[in-house]
Amino acid sequence: MFAKALGIRLFLSELKVMFTRRRTWAMLAAIALIPILLAVAVALSSARLAPGEGPPFLVEVTQNGLFTGFTAMMLAMPLFLPLTVSVVAGDTIAGEAGLGTLRYLLISPVGRVRLLVMKYLASLVFILAGTFTLMIVGAAIGAILFPVGPVTLLSGFTISIFEAFGRMALVALYTTVSLSGMAAVGLFISTLTTVPVGAMTATLVTSGVSNILGSIPQLEWMHAWLFTYYWPYFADLLRAPIEWGSMLNNIVLQLGWIAVFGALAYGRFTTKDILS
Amino acid sequence: MAQQLAIETRGLTKRFGDQKAVNSISLEVPSGSVFGFLGPNGSGKTTTIRMLLGLAEATEGEIKLLGTEIPKDLEKALPRVGALVEGPAFYPFMSGRNNLLRIDAADRFSDASTRIQRVEAALDRVGLHNAGNKKVHAYSLGMKQRLGLANALLKPRDILVLDEPTNGLDPQGTREVRNLIRSLSAEGITIFLSSHLLSEIEMLCSHVAVMSAGKIIAQGLIEDLRNEEPTRLILKTDDIDAAVETLKANGIGKAKILGDQITCEVDPALDVASLNAKLVSKKVSVKEIRLQRSSLEEKYVKLTGEGFEVVR
Ligand SMILES: Nc1ncnc2c1ncn2[C@@H]1O[C@H](COP(=O)(O)OP(=O)(O)O)[C@@H](O)[C@H]1O
Ligand SMILES: [Mg+2]
Repeated sequence: MFAKALGIRLFLSELKVMFTRRRTWAMLAAIALIPILLAVAVALSSARLAPGEGPPFLVEVTQNGLFTGFTAMMLAMPLFLPLTVSVVAGDTIAGEAGLGTLRYLLISPVGRVRLLVMKYLASLVFILAGTFTLMIVGAAIGAILFPVGPVTLLSGFTISIFEAFGRMALVALYTTVSLSGMAAVGLFISTLTTVPVGAMTATLVTSGVSNILGSIPQLEWMHAWLFTYYWPYFADLLRAPIEWGSMLNNIVLQLGWIAVFGALAYGRFTTKDILS
Repeated sequence: MAQQLAIETRGLTKRFGDQKAVNSISLEVPSGSVFGFLGPNGSGKTTTIRMLLGLAEATEGEIKLLGTEIPKDLEKALPRVGALVEGPAFYPFMSGRNNLLRIDAADRFSDASTRIQRVEAALDRVGLHNAGNKKVHAYSLGMKQRLGLANALLKPRDILVLDEPTNGLDPQGTREVRNLIRSLSAEGITIFLSSHLLSEIEMLCSHVAVMSAGKIIAQGLIEDLRNEEPTRLILKTDDIDAAVETLKANGIGKAKILGDQITCEVDPALDVASLNAKLVSKKVSVKEIRLQRSSLEEKYVKLTGEGFEVVR
């Protein structure tokens, strides 16, 4: 009874559909490939990088394998993770509409608001799965190819291996939060069409536009409002003591995007004619 | 007492742009009937069904489904309604069984503790028990259609709304679906069956509404509709004059004569055998005598036009 009221069964069913799809596993595999490629490339190259050359942390990877996950996150955050998010978030409603299953869900009856909420929560689960996959595979491949030991942080502080795992989990959570606003944008776009590929593309475009706006100095006044603004700042979690400021600001900002685009998605989806 | 209506609409209209896909229709579907919703492609059947089920909002008009107002009390009615709308739709990457489990899990009023049994029973009922573990992308159109029916039968229903349920089925499958509809109707479930095939409606339905270009152009008991067209007596003989004379004497007039054939409109209840005996006793040599019952086909074609072209 309790499970029913909270819609837990529908939520589990959403996850089952998502994780039955080969596409979901292919995307997670591709995410896992990022730290693997990175680590293998670094291990194979004899050329030493001068400090400051290449992506941040790249030098550290060779000295401590536990950095692989962090470095891979730096590489994946601007484009690849948002790409997978746009696929999942753009598909939420448009995918069901495209298949025609949306009409059967609605007459079952699922309840439009309930469906929207569960779809959004399921896309968050995918993001969590993606970010944790990247960090875990990163740590594993790093441990295989490079020495592992206590981690020296950006501020010069050293933390134990055990604490390093805690920081990895924090980084995965931070990036999940970072992408949650974009997922809400994707959810809204997904209610506008019955063509999932269109919704996915449009969602990806919004993150691209946000990144571009964020790099134009003349538009500085709007930068802190962009959902991409705090994406790079997960590095603040690698300081000692941790700088929680960007995490908190990020949460507030993303909640704002979720509220606005959640409301838009609600407004659109609850009044929409389902003609697919 | 007025007959209870399972579906009742008044002035139901749906506009797409400046086209009225459904134009002020007033349906009256009696409880317990097998109601045929007949009309050529594009006449507005599916659009009407979408409005009945709350998928699309009516531009104008009122809907009552199982006594509840739609869309106001939609969620009160829907659990008692099984439906197939515009063909079946499933996740191709999941098995038939898992598809049904999924849709039932989405139903906020369904009982999780009986879910597995209900899914199995529904698969059994449509003959998909052995194909239940196959992925839907490996299903033929006919199997998908059956799975769609199984979905409509996941729970005990008061009404089934079936939009062209035999589309894509082979003759064998078509027969099975018809039998299934008959047995469901025998259980007392109201059936609202849309089809562009007159023969299907004639075989299954007690009532019919004929749609054309968004309007209902005829509605009622199939029998009544059929009887609106005259029954004809066909008589072939070489003794035309004597025959016409005898017919007149028996109250049958307005004979049309073409060669050796006399055709006239008669009472559908005419006793052909005794008429034949009278003709013979008047020395009329009868080569052929029979009643030509009006077919619904005639009526349907008359109502909707003969053309192959979609009206709009
Ligand atoms: N989403 C839509 N947008 C615009 N016109 C539509 C839409 N869906 C259906 N129509 C039009 O409405 C009319 C009725 O369609 P439909 O209800 O599907 O007919 P039927 O089910 O009887 O074949 C058709 O002329 C069709 O072109
Ligand atoms: Mg149709």
